[in-house]
Amino acid sequence: MVSTLSRQQVHPAEVSAVGWGWRHAGRADAALTGLNLHISPGERVLLLGPSGAGKSTLLHGLAGVLGDEEDSDEYGRLQIDGYPAAALRGRAGLMQQDPEASVVLSRIGDDVAFGPENLAVPPAEIWSRVHRALDAVGLNLPLQGPTSKLSGGQKQRLALAGLLAMQPGLLLLDEPTANLDPDGVNQVRDAVVRSLDETAATMVVVEHRVAVWADVVDRMVVLSDEGTVLADGAPARVLDDNRRRLQDAGVWVPGRRPEVEPRHNHGSGVQLLRTLDLSVSREKGRRRHPPRPAAAGINTQVAAGQALSITGPNGAGKSTLALTLAGLLPPVSGHVTASEALAAGAGPDPCTWRPKDLISRIGTVFQEPEHQFVTHRVYDELAFGLRQLHDDGNDAGRVEELLERLRLSHVAGANPFTLSGGEKRRLSVATALAARPDVLVLDEPTFGQDANTWAELASLLNSQLDAGAAVVSVTHDEDFTELLGGSRLHLDAQPERGAGHEQ
Amino acid sequence: MSSESIAAGGAAGGSADGPAGGSGGSGGSGGSEGAGGRTAVLARANPVSKLGGVLLLTIALVLTVDWVSASIALICELAVLPLAGVSLRTLLVRGWPLLAAAVVGGYGTALLAPDSGAVVFEWWVISFSEGSLSAGVAIMLRGLAIALPGIIILASTDPTDLADALAQKLRLPHRFVLGALAAMRLVGLLLDEWQVLTMARRARGVSGGGGYAARVRTSLAQSLALLVQAIRKATRLAMTMEARGFGGAERTWARQSRYSGIDAWVLCVSFAVTAAAVGSAVAAGTWNPVF
Repeated sequence: MVSTLSRQQVHPAEVSAVGWGWRHAGRADAALTGLNLHISPGERVLLLGPSGAGKSTLLHGLAGVLGDEEDSDEYGRLQIDGYPAAALRGRAGLMQQDPEASVVLSRIGDDVAFGPENLAVPPAEIWSRVHRALDAVGLNLPLQGPTSKLSGGQKQRLALAGLLAMQPGLLLLDEPTANLDPDGVNQVRDAVVRSLDETAATMVVVEHRVAVWADVVDRMVVLSDEGTVLADGAPARVLDDNRRRLQDAGVWVPGRRPEVEPRHNHGSGVQLLRTLDLSVSREKGRRRHPPRPAAAGINTQVAAGQALSITGPNGAGKSTLALTLAGLLPPVSGHVTASEALAAGAGPDPCTWRPKDLISRIGTVFQEPEHQFVTHRVYDELAFGLRQLHDDGNDAGRVEELLERLRLSHVAGANPFTLSGGEKRRLSVATALAARPDVLVLDEPTFGQDANTWAELASLLNSQLDAGAAVVSVTHDEDFTELLGGSRLHLDAQPERGAGHEQ
Repeated sequence: MSSESIAAGGAAGGSADGPAGGSGGSGGSGGSEGAGGRTAVLARANPVSKLGGVLLLTIALVLTVDWVSASIALICELAVLPLAGVSLRTLLVRGWPLLAAAVVGGYGTALLAPDSGAVVFEWWVISFSEGSLSAGVAIMLRGLAIALPGIIILASTDPTDLADALAQKLRLPHRFVLGALAAMRLVGLLLDEWQVLTMARRARGVSGGGGYAARVRTSLAQSLALLVQAIRKATRLAMTMEARGFGGAERTWARQSRYSGIDAWVLCVSFAVTAAAVGSAVAAGTWNPVF
């Protein structure tokens, strides 16, 4: 059944924007104004531009999910096949960045069936569409399987299957691979290409990392800050003609690594943290039922002025190890020991340190910056840690210095939650640096960052290393690991859960 | 009992390899108690018939406070428990707060009920008589007899099946039912989120210590942070659902919610248990309507 029906052509969509613009509710300026763009049926377009150029707004407009926010304004026309985009249901399919938010239901088959159900497709046809869609994205999993157990890359492919089952004429991809490891990126990209080859649908993708899509698209469109078209044409030509401009906008231009301030010394090598036969887990053990470790038997050390990169596949326990090193999770077994050089009288076990003792010794930057925001102003956010350290201290100088250094001065009075992705990342690193910790622990610091933020981050960490701090980072980013140097701890995937010692 | 989802699931089951092919198996071994409930006999009954049966029994038990009807109901419910895939052990391990609440309720009733009959125990203003004690026991048993069917339904009902049944059989608005179903999935994510927030805030130097007031203030601030994250996730999820065509007036159902022979049994057994409980209370002369 599946094989004979697998080639499913849809009627590809035609997109046209004429003087289109959109102002979000509560914003003074429009996200986009005066956009003129025509996309022919079946074209595959990569949309580039600086952050804030309104790329996501355009995709949301085409997907019809800008909704009817009160107090928002729409200008001009945005049409699919000659009809207003907002009025169409199921003609365009939108894939977003966050894998967690792209899954709706708890069973794999149900999730894929959700779209067709909403489009009132007859039940008998839905299941054949579900099989075809899962086939097209290469997910050979039981339909009854739980969606919660999927990796990020699998979740994104599931989301793609959910879109394909609706048989849209237009696929809209909003940085679909920004939060994925290299394997996940390739899986999702290949799944998109395979399904486009089958359906011949039109595609528009937004992505900083040009190399992922450059060979796949047949057209590149570069938007300006205001959302007008700066360049438009064949990928190679657009890249050649606009190299400088794209680099300034933070786009990852293929074959060029952003310039980074290099290391100037090799660090003192004084040992700060050491692990001994360490096992880690996020679960809390119960009496007589210790949790199953996410990673076990870890012996490593963290030294002043040296980087430690923790690498390995998804689910190998990298983040859990980092959190344990950072004194945020107790070890399941074994030890994390702080040397006297780091502990300075606070005791050998970081997990037992008081929070204010912790931040001046080990600073941690979480993958999601928003988790760590504790105030309502960028300025207060930076001053917060310092206030914990000395109750009446004069922190203004240090805060100003960090604002300046991380280019956050212009948003000092803003609410941290309203910043752009790159600004949030810089702020979260700055808050950790404010208390001058000797060890800095970062979880996937470069995920989803544009080339400019990436370069700033790498330069900043190099200067921290030069100044004698240790940097521990969990990362899939080979360039980043190579730049920071130091040692590398590779964790292997754990054997399948359920086969362990507990049974 | 040939719902299309199960037929389709069986067809795809043969190709269970792939990167996370073991996920089904790990779910089974990781949470054997929870997974056991979903493969139990009662899991194959339609949620609507289960709700109907429980409603019938609950109405009868709410109408009277007496130990005979409550005991009969409770014994029958315990007998049905294995059909929901719940062992007595699991019930005690997970359901002990209910037991504790019932005991406390019974104790309070015994303490406050007007004394009648012989005095069993007396000290200062506290006194237990035969009458007040039997009222306390009746309240305790009744509490358990009303709570246990809830556990049976929870253990044996998949949320997705429940949503399908509510929307297709009871004709509740599908936007509301499916919205609630999607939101339920978020609740699980929020538990993880709370753990991450606790660590993230410690890493910022937010102290959990200090006085009692400071501790309350810290928890409130963290709850607010969780709320912000919940709203963010919900907004993104809503956009995902909208992008998948959710919200139209017309909709089909890939999974048909059906009644089967098991549902007839569920209703018959519920009716029999209710009749036995009420009948024996009336026969024993303990029937004690609350009105």
